[in-house]
Amino acid sequence: MKDRGIKVIKEKCVGCGLCIKVCPFSAIVLEDKLAVIDLSKCNLCGACKDACKFGAIEIFKPQIVDTGVIKDYKGVWVFIEEEEGKIAGVSFELLGKARELAKDLNSEVVGIYLGYNLKEKIPILFRKGADKVIVVDKPELKVFISENYANVIVYLIEKYKPEVFLAGATTAGRSLVSRIAVKVHAGLTADCTGLEIDKERRLLIQTRPAFGGNIMAQIITPNHRPQMATVRHKVMKELEESSSSVGEVIEENLDGEFIDQRVRFIDFIKEEGYKVNLADADIIVSGGRGLGAPDNFKLIRELAEVLGAAVGASRAAVDSGWIPYSHQVGQTGRTVSPKIYIACGISGQIQHLVGMQSSKIIVAINKDPEAPIFKVANYGIVGDLFKIVPLLTQKFKEILKR
Amino acid sequence: MKVIVCIKQVPETTEVKINPETNTLIREGVASIINPFDMYAIEEAIRLKERYGVQTFVITMGPPQAESALREALSMGIDEAIHLSDKAFAGSDTWATSLVLAKAIEKIGNYDLIICGKQASDGDTAQVGPGIATHLNLPQATYVRKIDSIDGKNKIMRVERLLEDGYEILEVFLPALITVVKEINEPRLPSLRGKLRAKKQAISVWAHTDLGLKEEEVGLSGSPTQVVKIFTPPPRPKGAIFEGEPEECVDKLVEKLKTHIL
Repeated sequence: MKDRGIKVIKEKCVGCGLCIKVCPFSAIVLEDKLAVIDLSKCNLCGACKDACKFGAIEIFKPQIVDTGVIKDYKGVWVFIEEEEGKIAGVSFELLGKARELAKDLNSEVVGIYLGYNLKEKIPILFRKGADKVIVVDKPELKVFISENYANVIVYLIEKYKPEVFLAGATTAGRSLVSRIAVKVHAGLTADCTGLEIDKERRLLIQTRPAFGGNIMAQIITPNHRPQMATVRHKVMKELEESSSSVGEVIEENLDGEFIDQRVRFIDFIKEEGYKVNLADADIIVSGGRGLGAPDNFKLIRELAEVLGAAVGASRAAVDSGWIPYSHQVGQTGRTVSPKIYIACGISGQIQHLVGMQSSKIIVAINKDPEAPIFKVANYGIVGDLFKIVPLLTQKFKEILKR
Repeated sequence: MKVIVCIKQVPETTEVKINPETNTLIREGVASIINPFDMYAIEEAIRLKERYGVQTFVITMGPPQAESALREALSMGIDEAIHLSDKAFAGSDTWATSLVLAKAIEKIGNYDLIICGKQASDGDTAQVGPGIATHLNLPQATYVRKIDSIDGKNKIMRVERLLEDGYEILEVFLPALITVVKEINEPRLPSLRGKLRAKKQAISVWAHTDLGLKEEEVGLSGSPTQVVKIFTPPPRPKGAIFEGEPEECVDKLVEKLKTHIL
C-alpha cells in the first residue's frame, strides 16, 4: 500500500480543473483552487496525470519485481471450449491471437483441451495455430462442470506454469477461469477486446471496455502468473487453416479426484426454433418496440433466416413478452459484437447500445430520424420497417439465391 | 437457513453522458443505484424468505455512500445489512473484492446460500461471484434463471442455468453460491413500512481488521491486476443514413452491405 499512491504537487497546481474533467472515477475535487484527490475513489489510472498541463500530479507505482518465480512461467495457453460436441469458434479466434502473442514472447501456443472422445478433433487445433495440445480425455469431463474443469486446469497450471492463459468470455469461460484465477492467485481481466505484448517486460497488455464501452481500460498483471484473460467473441481473427497438422499431443491421465461431488448435471434443454446463437453469430437481426406486436417478429426471423443470422431483441421487446429473454441484447441481456448488427425498430437507448456498439457494422432501420441508434449506425434507413424489412429480405433472397 | 446477498452500488448508466469537448464521462449529478442484476438477487432472497422462512442478509463493499444501497435492500425486505467500508479496500480488483466479500460471509457464518447478480453494470466482469465461491470452497451455479426447488433436509438445490443456446438443469449441494440473470424474477418496489423500517435499522460496518485481513491483502496492493491507462474509444465514423422511397433506400443499403455478406 505504502509504495503506491498519487500526489498533487501544490506548487505546480493552478486549480484549472482539467484533471477533474478527465477523471473516470470522479475522485478529484477543487479545494481552495487546488486539486484534491479522494484516495478511496482513485484507481491510479493516470488519466489526470496525462491531462495535467503543469506536471502537478505524481503517481507512484511499485517497480515490477522480476523474481525468479515469474521467469519459470512459459507458454501461451488457450482453453479449448466445446459447444455441443464441436470446438467453439471463439477457441479458434484465441488460437489465432495466441500465435501473435507467442511470437512476441518467443514462446509456444498450447491448447488445453478437456472432454471425452476428443482424439479426432485434435488435429484441427494444430492447423489453427497450436504448437502443443494438452489433452485430458475422460468420461467424467464429457459435460462441462466449472468446478471439475477448474480442478483439472489448476493442476495443469501448477505442473506446467504457463505465462499467459486465455479463454473465451462465454458463460462457460467466465465461470471457469474466475475459479482458476482465485485458486492459483493469478490476475484475471474480463471480456478483453485487445491483447498485445510489452516485449521488454513480458507483460500482456489487456484492453477491455468498462462503463458499458464508454471507456476503455488497459490492464496488466505485473507480479502474478499466469496472466489470465477472457476474450470477447468475434474480436480476434482466427488463422487460415494451415495444411500442416503436426504438433505435440500431451495426454494427461488424472484420477477421479478432480470431480466435485457437490454438483450434478441433470439435463440440457436446447432452445428450439433458432438456428444460430447470438454469441456465435456473424450477423444479428434485432427487433424492438417499433415492431408493435409479437407476431411481427416473424419479419425479423425471415430476414435472419435469409442472412443466416441470429435473432436479437431490445429490452422493450423482451419485457413485452414478444420474445424470450435469451435474445435480449444490452445491459441486462447479452453483449454481442457481430460483423453486422441490424437494428429494426430499436430507438437505441444507452442500455441497448452498450450491448452492441462494438459490432463492426451497425445498420439501423427506424421511422424516427432523431433516434439515438442512428448516431452509432454505419448505415441507416429512416422509414417504415414494415415496408423496409420485407424488401430487404426479398433483395437478399435474390442476391444470395436462398 | 441463512441466505446472503452480495450487492454493488453503481452509477446509473442511463444518465451517463459524454462530454463532447473532453470526450469523457460526465459523472457529476449521476445518481447511484443498486447494480440492476443485484436487484434480482435481492428479490430472489426475499422470495426464499417468503417460501422457506430463511434468514436474509445483504452485504456490500464500497465507500460510505454505498449505505443507501443497503437501506434500499432492507426496505425491500432483507433482514440484516452489513457494510464493508474501509479506505484500505479502495482500488480492489475482482480478486481482492471476492476475498473481502468471502471473509465477510465467513464472519456471518452458518450460511446455506450466497446470491450475487450475474455481473455489475460498470465493470461487467462476472468474476466476483465465482471468485467468492472459490475463496469459500463452495460449489457454484452461474447465470441462474430459476430456482426449481430446495430440499432443505438433504441440502440439495435444483436450478436452471441460462446458456448461449438453451438452459441447463443442475443440482448443487448446499452451501452453494449462485449468480442470477434478469429472467429469474421481477424485483418488487419497497413498501412504505419497509422504507420506515430500513431508515431506522442499524447497519454494521466492518473494516479489514474486522475480517482478519492484512492491509496489503486488500485494495490496490491485494490486487494482481493494475489499471495502467484509461482512454475513450474512438467515436464511430459518421454513418450514411438514407431517407426517401423505401425501394431506393433498400437498394442503396443492400449495395453497401453486399460485399460484407457475400
